[in-house]
Amino acid sequence: MWAVVGTIPDQDFPLVTGLVSLKDNAISIQGQQIPVSRGTPALLAAAIKAGELQGQPAPYGFLVGDIGVGVGSRRLCDYLAKHLGKSDFRTITFHYLQPNVRWHNRVLSSVEQMTKRPILVADAGSMYAAKMSGKAEAYDLFTPDIGELAFLADEQAPHPLYTRGFILHEETRVPELITRSYTHNNAARHLLVKGETDYVTNQNGIQATIDYPIVEAMEAIGGTGDTLTGIVVALIAAGMEISEAATVAARANRLAGYYAKPTAATQVAEIVSYIPGALEEILAENKKGEAKRVA
Amino acid sequence: MAFLDFLKHKHPKASAEMQNLDRGILVFENTSEVIRAESVLKAEGWKIRVMGPPPEFRSGCDLVIEIPLIEELSILRTLQMSGAIPKEVVPVSSPLLQPVDLFQTKDLGQHLMVRAANMKVTVDKQTLTIVNVSGGGCPDVPYLAHRMVGKLLSDAPSPREIGHTLCGYALQLAYEEARRRCGL
Repeated sequence: MWAVVGTIPDQDFPLVTGLVSLKDNAISIQGQQIPVSRGTPALLAAAIKAGELQGQPAPYGFLVGDIGVGVGSRRLCDYLAKHLGKSDFRTITFHYLQPNVRWHNRVLSSVEQMTKRPILVADAGSMYAAKMSGKAEAYDLFTPDIGELAFLADEQAPHPLYTRGFILHEETRVPELITRSYTHNNAARHLLVKGETDYVTNQNGIQATIDYPIVEAMEAIGGTGDTLTGIVVALIAAGMEISEAATVAARANRLAGYYAKPTAATQVAEIVSYIPGALEEILAENKKGEAKRVA
Repeated sequence: MAFLDFLKHKHPKASAEMQNLDRGILVFENTSEVIRAESVLKAEGWKIRVMGPPPEFRSGCDLVIEIPLIEELSILRTLQMSGAIPKEVVPVSSPLLQPVDLFQTKDLGQHLMVRAANMKVTVDKQTLTIVNVSGGGCPDVPYLAHRMVGKLLSDAPSPREIGHTLCGYALQLAYEEARRRCGL
């Protein structure tokens, strides 16, 4: 079982838990339909598509409505703090939540009570809270973009808005920012840094870089980082090693974007439908490469 | 435009004065209240700055308003009249974190993308329509995008009006810069 925790941008959306499905550009959970758009719905849609290709069961969602006031996030964290400790999820992904250290630490304590520690992935607000609480190392994977990497690299910044000016958010500085994040213990065991070039890294250094195909418009399209996180968590949940999953996911997400022929005005839902084909292609290439190496 | 005044150094005298005076911070329940109080105080001509809180007041997604303590009573009176009441007023001596003041822009042909911190807004250069909002991690980002995308830069609700978090605040900075670059 694999779980995704996040928010829906609708204040009246109730706290719901259950298996999540995808149909006609909407995700469905406990009879609630949510259009696929940037944020946790985009992550879930990509995860479902990628998971289906791997023969994975549907992900289990923990969702609540929140438009930034934090009331929904707080309710969801309270719920998780009470219930996660008794669950047996193998992978848990924490996504859009109001970043709050106290709430974060309560949820993490609950995870620590689980009989078998799951693989923990954090992105978006959950990653901010993990870093600010000084518990980044409890996580197996963070998926920051370049602005968020600069925040991880700045040991004093409690949020990306406060990243100090000398820590420049430049693509050419990514390796330096990665090193700095690990030096100050503000990185998860693995990082997948999303940008013009995607970097897959861990404490031992950069494991892979992915810079092809180049689809410049992708950076402007809200939710393309969410789809990347969705693909990687589906692959991890299917048993793939984290660095390999991150590399495959980065390649597949780029290829899906390439096939969608997007402009900067494209919406992420248009890209999601290209994920299965792109992922299938990358996995087939990987298999061919392995076969060649064996021969 | 009050939202960006502290970045544009429109009040250089205010900054110098702030360093010389005993400073205090107004702590609010949440970021939305800070943004509201900032608007009220700037509209009334107070020389204040929106800053990051000292470590003991950080919960994760916070802003505070830095004020000259000598003006505390008058400032509180102004806020009380508008209903934007802080939960605490605290003296500070250590330096406070400052929000980003660097922007990055990317010309994507028909579109212009402006980034502030972790937030990006992209507009169509001809129609001045907001075509995308990306980045960020606080829960108001998808909501802000839903409300802003497809609207003209001149008509869209600003993140300051409908946002609640630091990501919303960063998006406001990017949005103001996009407006400036598009001549609005």
